[in-house]
Amino acid sequence: MLKIGPYEFQSRLLLGTGKYPNFDIQKEAVEVSGTEILTFAVRRMNIFEPNQPNFLEKLDLKKYKLLPNTAGATTAEEAVRIARLAKASGLCDMIKVEVIGCPKTLLPDPVETLKAAAILLEEGFIVLPYTSDDVILAKRLQELGCHAIMPGASPIGSGQGIINPLNISLIIEQATVPVIVDAGIGSPADAALAMELGADGVLLNTAVAGAKNPVKMAKAMKLAIEAGRLGYEAGRIPKKRYATASSPMEGMSVV
Amino acid sequence: MEIIINGDKILLPESVKTVSDLLSHFQLNNKIAIVEVNLNIINKQDYEITTLSNGDKVEIVHFVGGG
Repeated sequence: MLKIGPYEFQSRLLLGTGKYPNFDIQKEAVEVSGTEILTFAVRRMNIFEPNQPNFLEKLDLKKYKLLPNTAGATTAEEAVRIARLAKASGLCDMIKVEVIGCPKTLLPDPVETLKAAAILLEEGFIVLPYTSDDVILAKRLQELGCHAIMPGASPIGSGQGIINPLNISLIIEQATVPVIVDAGIGSPADAALAMELGADGVLLNTAVAGAKNPVKMAKAMKLAIEAGRLGYEAGRIPKKRYATASSPMEGMSVV
Repeated sequence: MEIIINGDKILLPESVKTVSDLLSHFQLNNKIAIVEVNLNIINKQDYEITTLSNGDKVEIVHFVGGG
């Protein structure tokens, strides 16, 4: 079971809601994934088109916890403003703090992320910061009181998988709150590896939304995350340089 | 009155006096939307008592797909 602040979840997959080919495929992918946490962005409404469809309105909101992000923010001040707007919807009190420091790599700004997290924690939010895989920064965020730490596997939407498994495993090793590997996951193998390293969850979006068949990929990610978690709990064998026979050595004289 | 909504100058009829009127005017009352007036977030229960003035800067935002 995944526990974030006061909330408990059966699924360890957190799913983004951007970039799907259409709402029907998206709805099916969300259902098949088994996720209980969906991320959203906050943006200006087109007030001249009130009947424009919105994915949120197609969801049974009792089934999902919403995790709005502060995407678009480049400073702590902007992130705090977006978070307050999201909370004012009355639909959520969790926030994914995302403060981008570079438009090309979309890597998070560590200083502004830390500042925004401190303010939002003070205001009573359940705070999940998207951070780089810096081990000490993760430690500082958890010492602040963040309810989960979300280190990136690799740049957002890049599908490069876990570039620095050592850092991710060090973050997990020191963690006192859940670690959710966020961003950069490309394939089910990447998600399984995150879980085998001991992550508490995986947050992904493009890997499913951008797959040739998003619904199948949603299922694959669900299974990969379950398999990875089971593997972690089961405890893998150590790697050895040479072979060790699986069949017994006794009774060899019959050959 | 003329106010700025989401960055655009918009001319409103006399009948629009409050945030609640504004949302009705644009048929947004049943939408999941959040309203900010001059950088202050307006709680839903205050929509009817929050009056708008000429030159106010209003943001009407909602949730869209994102990761």
